[in-house]
Order: sequence, then structure tokens, then C-alpha cells
Amino acid sequence: MADLPKSWKVAPPAPWKLTTPEELVYGVDHKQYTLGFEKGWLRTAPDVEIKEGMHCHAALPKRLEAVGMPNPRDWSVMDEDWKLPDNWKEIVLEGFKDRLDRFRSFKLFMDICVRCGACADKCHYFIGSADPKNMPVLRAELFRSIYRKYFTTAGKVLGPLGAIAGARELTYDVLKEWWYYLYQCTECRRCSVFCPYGIDTAEVTLMGRELTNLLGLNIDWIAAPVAFCNRTGNHMGIQPHAYKEMIEFFLDEIEDVTGVRIEPTFNRKGAEILFITPSGDIFGDPGTYTAMGYLILFEALGIDYTWSTYASEGGNFGLFTSNEMMKKLNAKMYAEAKRLGVKWILGGECGHMWRVVNQYMGTMNLDLAEGSKMEEPVSPITGTKFENAKSTKMVHITEFTADIMKHGKLKVDPSRNDNLKVTFHDSCNPSRAMGLLEEPRYVIKNVCNHFYEMPPNCIREQTFCCGGGSGLNAGEDMELRMRGGLPRANAVKFVHEKYGVNKLACVCAIDRAVLPNLMEYYVPEVDVTGVHELVANAIILEGEKKRTVNLRGEPLPGMEDEEDV
Amino acid sequence: MNVILSLIISSMAVGVLVVIPFAGVWGGRLAGVHLEWLFGIVIPYLAVLIFFVGIVRRVLKWARCPVPFRIPTSCAQQKSLPWIKYGYAEKLDNPVSTAGVVGRMILEVLCFRSLFRNTRLEFGTGGDIRYKSAKWLWLAAIVFHYTFLVVILRHLRFFTEPNPFFVKIIENIDGFFQIYTPTLYQSGFLLGAALTFLLLRRLLDNKLRYISLPADYFPLFLILAIVKSGILMRYVLKADVVSIKELTMGLVSFHPTIPEGISVVFFIHLFLVSVLFAYFPFSKLMHMAGVFLSPTRNLSNNSRIVRHINPWNPPLKYHTYEAYEDDFREKMVEAGLPVEKELPPAEKAAAPEE
Repeated sequence: MADLPKSWKVAPPAPWKLTTPEELVYGVDHKQYTLGFEKGWLRTAPDVEIKEGMHCHAALPKRLEAVGMPNPRDWSVMDEDWKLPDNWKEIVLEGFKDRLDRFRSFKLFMDICVRCGACADKCHYFIGSADPKNMPVLRAELFRSIYRKYFTTAGKVLGPLGAIAGARELTYDVLKEWWYYLYQCTECRRCSVFCPYGIDTAEVTLMGRELTNLLGLNIDWIAAPVAFCNRTGNHMGIQPHAYKEMIEFFLDEIEDVTGVRIEPTFNRKGAEILFITPSGDIFGDPGTYTAMGYLILFEALGIDYTWSTYASEGGNFGLFTSNEMMKKLNAKMYAEAKRLGVKWILGGECGHMWRVVNQYMGTMNLDLAEGSKMEEPVSPITGTKFENAKSTKMVHITEFTADIMKHGKLKVDPSRNDNLKVTFHDSCNPSRAMGLLEEPRYVIKNVCNHFYEMPPNCIREQTFCCGGGSGLNAGEDMELRMRGGLPRANAVKFVHEKYGVNKLACVCAIDRAVLPNLMEYYVPEVDVTGVHELVANAIILEGEKKRTVNLRGEPLPGMEDEEDV
Repeated sequence: MNVILSLIISSMAVGVLVVIPFAGVWGGRLAGVHLEWLFGIVIPYLAVLIFFVGIVRRVLKWARCPVPFRIPTSCAQQKSLPWIKYGYAEKLDNPVSTAGVVGRMILEVLCFRSLFRNTRLEFGTGGDIRYKSAKWLWLAAIVFHYTFLVVILRHLRFFTEPNPFFVKIIENIDGFFQIYTPTLYQSGFLLGAALTFLLLRRLLDNKLRYISLPADYFPLFLILAIVKSGILMRYVLKADVVSIKELTMGLVSFHPTIPEGISVVFFIHLFLVSVLFAYFPFSKLMHMAGVFLSPTRNLSNNSRIVRHINPWNPPLKYHTYEAYEDDFREKMVEAGLPVEKELPPAEKAAAPEE
């Protein structure tokens, strides 16, 4: 590789350890940089230091091979040579141009930023790291500088003086800088709420990630779920029999707690509703309790529904890979709905899944539903037409449950959650790419007597990311996650100290995977739960035994002295 | 490009732009060469041409680019169940209808709605993080844009005869305090003040200083120079308004003339304005047109209700159920999962009996 950077600093592979919050972030100095004499950011790409703990591991070749992505090979982020094809620069620039022609958002957002800085301190990663390149504006400028160089008249004409126009050469260093900061963005879109022109960094980093994928530079935490999902239908790579076994295990647990044996169906043709939820809920705590929650809810309502082992994933890491991959993985939902002959799809609690369902699915794949039995969703219990899902025919579970509760069709005993003081974490995508704000709150308030909101700048459309969205919820980037999770944790800490909040509810499987680590780190007194776990604990099932413990086997309030079940 | 270099480059550029017409007109007069026609006629015409052609070209470039997906940033509750509040605020911040989108765009373009949300991070010690309301940027932006608009509208008195009624009204309001002769117009000074604030903000805020490029300082310096030359001309040097109007009316009526006795400062002012016009389509100032096309603002959040069409929707390639079942049929049968195709007899025999 002739084009290798000479000055690329590779941090020593010394054992990396997560320090305490005090050392890690509370000492972050937001006023540290610039007197004006140092290098401007246009020239600092060679100084970027890829730090352990701040990035995810490289994708294994087998992941890329499984789905036919380019340049599968063994490589490591910490290596100097990333083993790129010789013509990597051409590939990137061609890919750049292709995307400028296909996405108005990308083209426009390259052109109209005025660098007013309104977005600068809105990014959770910037807040937690004070790294100026984590300001959304600068993250996008890393791309705009290349755009100006190769795709604008000024950049082309000025040549070596391009810096005057804010242009710079695409070098190996710049590519590495891109990569490092692309995978330090969770595409949460908080910055786009504040931008006077609605510039959405996610649009830029989604394109940027597509470009890295042309060179085989994905991270394993995204590439593996994609490869698994393609073959087994879900991110975790759970095969059909194992998927069924996992749920059967939940049924045993539920029977222990409630005394009721539930018998759900799988891949059943002729069911009215197909239920799809992120596989994270089937596989990992505390999401499993949410999955049990769905089972109990559907049992209590007695609806005609089926699970699918083929479409066993709500999430879609294709969104973080490329448009084509997102479409490919998403297609299973409609394909399965059509094969099973269901009337509509009910979707579980998940964040980016709902960005895909709300903003992409119909556009990408509705053709697949042609000739199927699908129709405008109607609640079988209340008869409510879900007019807002008329075209895609997919309803969010909190929309569904909120409607049930409004009609009083669910017998619940909220006092079973009286030991909980609950706050709600709006997940980025349902709030900023959909507007699902009141439904989960309504559901929670119906099953919990103690609900407290976090401060207004941290919730609803201004909500903060959990710190690990968009495929960054790995273990090796824990420092990044803890830095990025700081604003969220800080708000939880605030309500914990003020109201004694001890439960953080959310409607996202990635949240349920990420927030427990975050809480443990900053506010260990607070536990994470899905909304439907709270619902299930309050539901009074027909024929149930006296409930003494919740789904986690913890005693219900007032039952602390009862014998263990 | 660090801040010092950026400042040097952009201020020098504006300096040169002041010197060019000065040298051309004043120096020319000394040397007996009359270049007023160049600075008073040719360059302004060229600049206006570049301005309009450039903007139209750029907007067409954007408009030709497809919008594959509906990606509005939803900044309020969605329209969902009939009893969940979806009032005016929600309709504007998370529109589902065209009317809502139009309302959202009006608020965005005329009131800078999103900028009004701005908060400021205060990162204290010991994890004390606060987000304070920060409306100064919004205020400065509003003052800057609206006073600039007023100044431009006021200038219509040089380009119309008789003046439209609103020019008189604007002049009366703008000169409300009736101090000084000629009457002091607040707009020019407010414009200068807002520009100064925006410049100081760039220089004094760490974050802004780091991200700013020459392309950020240059327009600020340029517009400041325009404001200053205008103020100088009107209040200090008291330029010959009658001759100037003769020139400007000549320009708009396409019978350009160069009357006698127009001071050099006018040519400097006009040249800087011409540069601003010509620079506009190639710069970040295009945000003026771009904001109308922003897909996170000008689309309704209705993609679950009405299908949005992607003109280049790629062909569908996915792992079909049939391929999936072929892969796992044996395990599925064993687990009692229904299958489309039964196992072949040999394998069936091998599968354990229930």
C-alpha cells in the first residue's frame, strides 16, 4: 500500500479498562480547545487517534461473504493497513457521486449548512466526549470537505488552495477519520430537530456507512446480525426450532408466575395477525420479560395471532448497512404475512425497527403485499380502525394496547407495580421518525401508579440516545457507550434523586440491551424494563393463581412475606 | 484552515474587493480613464445575471435529485388514535397533511422555528449537566434577516418611479424616531449589530471557532462592508442621491447611464453588492432556497397511510421462505413447526417419531 498514512497514530493495544464516571466524563473539559493557532480541522485527519473502547471491532469476512458484500477479509481497526482494494479512492468517489444523484437529502445537506452551530452541543457523543469532531456539524463537514473538493466547481478550480473553500483531498487518513466518526454516530437525529434547515446527520452518516460498506469496512456488530438475519430470519441467528424452544421456556416461566399455561402458535396459516418483534427480546434479559409480556397480553385478549420463525426479527441492521440491505431484510415481513394469509402485522417494541416500518417499509416493499389477504388493520377486540397504518398495515404494539386500555378491555391491577417509580425513555426513532410519544405513556400510566417525567429537554422529540443505537451496542466500545449515554443517565439520575425513580421504561430492544449497562455505571439503583413487562405484571389473567411475584420472580408489593413460588 | 488564517483570508478578500472599485474609479479619474461604466453598469448587470441563473441552476440540480423516502423529523406526537391529542401544535411539528406541511414550512422559513428550540449545554463539574434555553442565536438571526429584508425593500426607492406605497410605509416605520438628517433608519444599524453579534459568536465560542471556515467569515465581512459603506454614504459623505437614482433607474429600465458627480463610495458599495449577488449561488447563502427543499421538513409524516414512491426502488432480492425452509426443514419438522414441503421419505424415516 503506497498510500498508507505515515503519521497515523495507533494507540497501544494496552489492556483497555473502563474507568469511573468521575474519571471518564465528569472531568470532560468542554472549553479545552483552540486559541486559534493550532491546525484547523481540515488538516487534522492524520492526527486522529483511534482509541480502544471508542470503536467496534471489524466485521469478520464470513459475515460479508454470507450476504455477498464486497472485500471480505480479516482485518483489524487497529492495524495500519486496512487491506483495501487498490482503487478504493475511485470506489468511494464513484459511490459518493451515485448517492448524491439518488438522494436529495444527501445532496442538499452537503450544500446548505451555514455552520451556525445550533446542533453542536445537541449530540450525546459530543456532550460525553467533548471531541469537536463529534459535533454533528463537524461530523458532516468531514464529508462536505470531500464533496467540495471533488464535486463543486470551487473545489476543483482551487486545486491545492481548496482549503480556502473548505475542501480537502480524500486520503487514507481521511477515510480512517470518516470511519471512526461514522461509527461514533447513532443516527438518532436529535441534531436534526434543532437544525434551522432540518439537516439530518443520520442522512449523511447512513450514506457514509454505505460508502464504507463498498470497501468492506463494516463493524462486526452490524455485519453479524445482518448475515444472521438473512439466513435465520433474526439477528441472533436463532434457528427455527431454537426460537420455538426459547418461547416455550418463557411459557414455563409464565406458568410458574401466573399458573396459566399459554399455547401460542408458530408459522400458522390463517391467523388474523402476524406478530413480529426484535429477536433481542427473545434472547436477552431484560427484553425476555417484555416478550413474556406480549405473550400474557395476547393470552388475556385471546386474539388470533401467530409468531413466525422466518420473519422473527423486527429490527433491521440493514438500515445501518445500505438501503439495499435494509430492503432485503425487511422484505420478509410482507413475504411472511402474505404466505400465512394474515390480515395485518402487529409490531413489538423496537426503536430503529419503527423507523424502518414508518419511513421505509411501505416505499420499499409494499409491492410484496400485492395479492395478499392484508387489509387496513382493525383491532379484533375494540373494532378500532388503525387509520394511520392504512397503507403499510403494520401497527405498533403500544398503539394497539393503548386502544385496548382506552376501551377498558383489559383487566389490570396497577397496584402490582406500586413498588415501582417509573420514568419513560423515549427511543430516538419512535420519537423523531414517527412521533410515538403519548401511546407508551398512556399504557404505562394505566398499569403504574407512580410515573415521573425526566426534564423536558431530555424527552419526547428532544430525547437523548441510549448511547448504543445504530449497531454500536457492542462490548468493546463500552467507553463510547458510557460517554454517549451520559446525558440520558444524567436525566435518569435527576429523577432518581428527586422522585426516587427506580425503573426506566422504554420501547426499544436496543435500549433494553444498552441501558442496563448504562444504569449500572451511573445510577445503579435504577432498573430497565420494557413497557409490556409492566403491562403483563398488572394483567389479571383468567384462571390465574394468586400472583405473588412478578415476571422476574421478585415479590409483588405486599407479598414480600409470601412463600416463594 | 485555522481561525487566524480564515480571518486573514476572508478579511483580505473583502479588503481587495473594496480596493478594486476604489482604484478603478478614483484612480481611473486621476488617470483620466473613466471606468464608471464598468463598475456602474457592466458588473452589476453581470452580477444580477449570475445571481438568477446560478440560483435557478442550483435549485434545478436539487429538484432533479429524487426523494426516495419520506424522512420528516417528527417533532411532536403523531396522528394516531382519535382520542390522542393531535392539535395545532402537533399538526405543525409533525404534519400528516399538506396543510400541516405548509404551516410547518411557513414557521420554519419566516420564524426560524427550529432555531427557536435551541438550548445551551452547561457542563459543570461532578456531572452537573444542564440545558438552558438559548434564544440569542435565534434573535440575532431574526434581526439580521428581517433588517436585511427591510434594507433591501427600502432600496426599491432607487429602482422604482413612483415608489410603491409600501416603500414609503417602511421608510416611515424604519425612521420612526426621526433623529438626525437625513433621517436615521434603524434597520441599517440593527443589521450591523446583528452581524457583529454573529461574528463575535463565531470568534468567542470555542465550538464555533473550531468549525468556522473562511466561507463563514467572508459573507459576514462582505455584508458588514456593504452596511458600512451604505451608512457612510448616507449619513457621513451624503452622496448625491439624485444622480445615483438616475444611474439605478437607468439600470432597471435597461437604458444605463453614468451621471456626473457620483462619489467613489457609491461605486464601492455597488461593487460589494454585486460581489454578494454573484457569490450567492455558489455559497452557503443558498440555504435561503435550500430550506424549502429539505426533506426532513417539507414532507408529511404519512408514509404509513399513503405509500411514498421511490423512483429508483431497487429490484427485490431476498432470502425467500422456500430457501429458509429448505435450509431448516428437518429441524422444523422435528420441532413440530408447520412446513410447506414435507421431508423426503428417507429423511422422514430418519426423523424421530413423535
